[in-house]
Amino acid sequence: MNPLLLCLIAPAAATLAIFFVDAKEKKTIRVIATVATGVSLAMAILMFIGFGDYSYEHAATAAEFTANAGEADEHVYKYGIATDWVEELGLSFRLGVDGMGLAMVLLTSLIIFAGVMVSYTIQSRVKEYYICLLALVTGVFGVFASLDLFFYYFFYELAVIPMFLLIGIWGSTTKTVDQYYATMKLVLLLSAGAVMALIGLIAVYGDAGTFDMVRIEEHGFSSGFQMLWFPVIFLGFAALVPMWPLHSWSPAGHASAPAAVSMLHAGVLMKLGAFGILRIACLYFPEAAAVYLPYVGILCCFNIVYGGLVAVSQRDMKLIIGYSSSSHMGYVLLGVASASLIGIEGAVFLMFAHGVMTALTFALIGWFYDQTHTRMLDDLGGMMKVMPFCGTLFIIASMASAGLPGFANFVSELMVIIGAWSSRDILWYGIPAVFAVWGLVITGVYLLRAVKDAWFGDLPERWKNLRDQRTLAEKAPYLILTGVLLLFGFWPQPMLDVVHQGAKPLVVRLDEGRATHEAARTAREGGTKAVQLPAGGAQGTALADTALAGTALADTDSTSEGSR
Amino acid sequence: MGFFDLTFEPDRDFRLLLMALFLPLVGYVIQISVGRFLPRKGDWLLTTGMGLAMIITVRGLFQAISAVSAGEEFFHNSKDAGIGFSWLYSSGVGDGVQNVVAGVLYDPLGAALFAVVGVVSFLVHLFSTGYMKGDRRYHIFFANISLFTFAMLGLVLSDNLLFLFIFWELMGLMSYLLIGHFSHDPDSHRINHAARACKKAFLTTRVGDVCLFIGMMMFYNEFGTFDFKGLWEATTNAVAANGGEWPAWMTVAGLFVFGGTVGKSAQFPLHIWLPDAMEGPTPVSAMIHAATMVAAGVFLLGRTFPMLSPDVLGVVTAVGATTAIFAATIGMTVFDIKGVLAYSTISQLGFMVAAIGCGGIGLVAGLFHMVTHACFKACLFLCAGSVIHGCHHEQDMRNMGGLKAKMRTTYKTWLVGTLALTALVPIAGWWSKDEILGATRITNMVWGSEILLALGVLVAGMTAFYMWRATYMTFGGEHRGEGEPHESPKVMTIPLQVLAVFSIFIGFVGIPDGTFGSAKTNWFEGWLHHWHLKGTPGAEMVWPLAIIATAVAFAGFFVARGMYRGSDGKDPLPEKLGGVWKLWNNLYYIDAFYLFLVKRVQQGIAKACWFFERWILIQGVINNLSQAVRVTGDRLRRVQTGRLGGYVTSFMLGAAIVALLVLLQVGLLSGGQASAGGK
Repeated sequence: MNPLLLCLIAPAAATLAIFFVDAKEKKTIRVIATVATGVSLAMAILMFIGFGDYSYEHAATAAEFTANAGEADEHVYKYGIATDWVEELGLSFRLGVDGMGLAMVLLTSLIIFAGVMVSYTIQSRVKEYYICLLALVTGVFGVFASLDLFFYYFFYELAVIPMFLLIGIWGSTTKTVDQYYATMKLVLLLSAGAVMALIGLIAVYGDAGTFDMVRIEEHGFSSGFQMLWFPVIFLGFAALVPMWPLHSWSPAGHASAPAAVSMLHAGVLMKLGAFGILRIACLYFPEAAAVYLPYVGILCCFNIVYGGLVAVSQRDMKLIIGYSSSSHMGYVLLGVASASLIGIEGAVFLMFAHGVMTALTFALIGWFYDQTHTRMLDDLGGMMKVMPFCGTLFIIASMASAGLPGFANFVSELMVIIGAWSSRDILWYGIPAVFAVWGLVITGVYLLRAVKDAWFGDLPERWKNLRDQRTLAEKAPYLILTGVLLLFGFWPQPMLDVVHQGAKPLVVRLDEGRATHEAARTAREGGTKAVQLPAGGAQGTALADTALAGTALADTDSTSEGSR
Repeated sequence: MGFFDLTFEPDRDFRLLLMALFLPLVGYVIQISVGRFLPRKGDWLLTTGMGLAMIITVRGLFQAISAVSAGEEFFHNSKDAGIGFSWLYSSGVGDGVQNVVAGVLYDPLGAALFAVVGVVSFLVHLFSTGYMKGDRRYHIFFANISLFTFAMLGLVLSDNLLFLFIFWELMGLMSYLLIGHFSHDPDSHRINHAARACKKAFLTTRVGDVCLFIGMMMFYNEFGTFDFKGLWEATTNAVAANGGEWPAWMTVAGLFVFGGTVGKSAQFPLHIWLPDAMEGPTPVSAMIHAATMVAAGVFLLGRTFPMLSPDVLGVVTAVGATTAIFAATIGMTVFDIKGVLAYSTISQLGFMVAAIGCGGIGLVAGLFHMVTHACFKACLFLCAGSVIHGCHHEQDMRNMGGLKAKMRTTYKTWLVGTLALTALVPIAGWWSKDEILGATRITNMVWGSEILLALGVLVAGMTAFYMWRATYMTFGGEHRGEGEPHESPKVMTIPLQVLAVFSIFIGFVGIPDGTFGSAKTNWFEGWLHHWHLKGTPGAEMVWPLAIIATAVAFAGFFVARGMYRGSDGKDPLPEKLGGVWKLWNNLYYIDAFYLFLVKRVQQGIAKACWFFERWILIQGVINNLSQAVRVTGDRLRRVQTGRLGGYVTSFMLGAAIVALLVLLQVGLLSGGQASAGGK
């Protein structure tokens, strides 16, 4: 069977299966969920290992490397499968992943597997909880794997709706965040973004006349069309990333969601937006991307610095991590905005690394929040003494987030910053890159303060009996996530190989788009020159100019008169 | 016997070096996973492993010495021998290739520091088996200190800037964990201090790290490589291509790289973390102050020296000299025995950095001082540890005294360390310090070498003063503290003795040529000349300078002797200095100023952002938007009253309006026609 299909079907089938299990059989439900997500994870790992066939060979030296680079930039989707659905509309169910998609599928399957295990602590309405969770993750898998615009959007919406229930029912209200407010805001803003993207997608369908994403890719959109619709689709997805200033749904949503949902939300859901930007906005509209992406480079500074500073002023641990996530998605946007191969590879790698890291953090916060029922730094302290495992991993996750070498985050942030910097455009990319580097210090400030206030220092009397993760089963999800961060931190190349397969064709298109755009601009400017030059001599040119201007004016007048 | 064969054979010797590098890492992994189940919690395992690594590092040192003495080039890059680890590669668009292959670079500078790290780290391991006995997290401590060593060894061996940076950051993490060793230990009474100190150390050095990162990016972006060799060559070419002038961007990039040194080597204005770093266990302080953290910054300057433009070097000298005098003045007013040593380290680092900024022989002198300083500062710190251990964790010198009789070995070794630090003829510090003073002749700073020289001599006097002050307060007079002090066990005193021996003799490897007739005595410089300093003049003994500096140091000693001999714990200095004392004792209010910056300015900006987020973005835009939707909906809802009469009325009204519109339309049209027809 197609592993990609299995990956998608496993959680969907489990959702259905759980419907028929008695709600009291909590254990059965948990087993079903774990097995299903385990199957997804196994399939994702299989696909990852068997992905193979990179577009360049491993090279030992730089010279050898240059010789190999730059070949085979055809965009290939692997593990493809297609079935006609509604032939009249040209709708068909198509799945397939390129390197970027596969990285995201692997990320999703990792996080949901850990998330299901972390959710063993949930005791109320277990059945409904797992149904929602698995439906949500089916949607996420679907988005990353779909090659049909209709299903792409369908899965996208499928992911948003269970979110509403999960936060609304199993979430938590604290004095910093009200869960119902957070839920409403999250769903409304996400839907607003989705609708905006939908309008754009309908326009794409209208122009290309097909839902098949591979064929749309080959359909050249006219540059006018691109300029008009790129911002619409981009903003629709950017709300999900979330790009400043559309971000306010996300920290509140993180803060009030239960642990596993925060994990998925910060780990995967935000990546849907960035994935959409790469897969749809940049891939279909490369010319427009050349025009608009520099502005994104500026906006993402706000993400990084402003998000970080707001995180500094927070005392609720989940809000800190929430704003931190929005800050770190700024790096992803910066990588995308740089439109260079290394920057985009870094961005996708960072999506992966940040997803794993932030999922780990939320899982750990969830672990002690279940016992303390407070996340306020002022109430906590000294917990390292009673829960050394949890605390150690929290420090590890904080260090990963602060961009310490040895973790995947460092490699990816390094690549993003190199990508931005190597564009040699100081104003548009150089300054954002400097901000991005300083963002790492800000990250250190708020995370280390959280570590100090919550884990170090004196232990208040009432937390003397907190329980650490003791059994291997309890430790497993956390260890898996930490292990992945370290694995790809020390040995990033396998992941980069896979990402490269998807990023290379994209960057080739972006480069072509930029070249076309530049050519068009030179042609416009050159065209004016061409008119002027034959007139000969400065005076002549001036005269000709006046004459031309006069004609133009007259023309305008006549047309306007005519229209009246 | 292959092992004792001192010619460098890449195939064998790179493997050995890598073994020395990875032994501590393997030890760490074993220790962190099963350490607590091992007998004695695994300390013997790590100490043995470190001992093996030390043997290899020392062997490497002898290889270097024998090669250089034979007049051979000693510069080995493992990539030439085909040993490398392709860590990251991905092609950039247009801008060449991002291809990071990690390799080992082994040259005299690396060999010297590699050996110093190996020796000091082994002795610290040994010392810790005694000092840390009974600690709650004994096995974690050993694991961490092993990884700390691994980071430093890796940094020394890295052949490219990126890997140097990676190990550099790893060291930052390890210092965070080690300084914070007591940060959650309920048995410790300074638990909150430790928690604060480790955060402060990490964040302060991180500011420097980020500067280094930016500098690294700038160099990479221009030259397209991280390899030191490539960077050096590219720099030479770039300068040549620019007509012998240094391009402006290189000055900027160089300053950023120097920022890394400022952070890691605790130079002004990022020095504030180092004194707080003593909150960690004393062996850690010895590591940080001697072999690892602070040495890394100076080592970075050594590695990147060819890439630093003259303007950068001027700044380097200025910062170093400022730090030297500034920390020495504070050092005279501190009562914590480790505090004195901490400020002394900062001051000495200032010396090294200032010397390196002078270029040429200054570089040699600075690096030489780094090596000698590592020996005697490790010795002094471990002595301080022994004293603290013997005095039942008392650190305030006012509560010590009279230890001369109680702790004979510690006293003697401390004395050796002090003599080396205060530069008595002819032990370690004397040679290196005088070389530094001699090097000030060649500075290219605008305000000339005279001031620099005067500062250097002044600092030498101050150093002598505060060290002898500490010696008299700690060891002289009667014991003033509570409890009976006792000498430390052998496992702690033996490392002290070994280090003391090193402190005496290490200086002899760098005696300037020509001091004793025509004999070639400066091995150390000889190595570096093979490296990238070909053609610069060698160090020479400037006798008048040496005599003046020594005399001033003696003056410092006599002043201290007069004030503190037979001390009763009272310090006469505050009265004599008055307001100046207050300024110095409060660290020039720099910490207070930073605290203000962090607590008020940074927090203020963060609060302002939060205000914007909370009240303008969320409340102002989003909530108001949703409110607007709700209000509109509310208003519209009123139409749906549910009363049939109302619906009928509105239906009729609507129908009437439509009818009216239709009529109007028709009427207007027909009216228009009518009027047209009427004409």
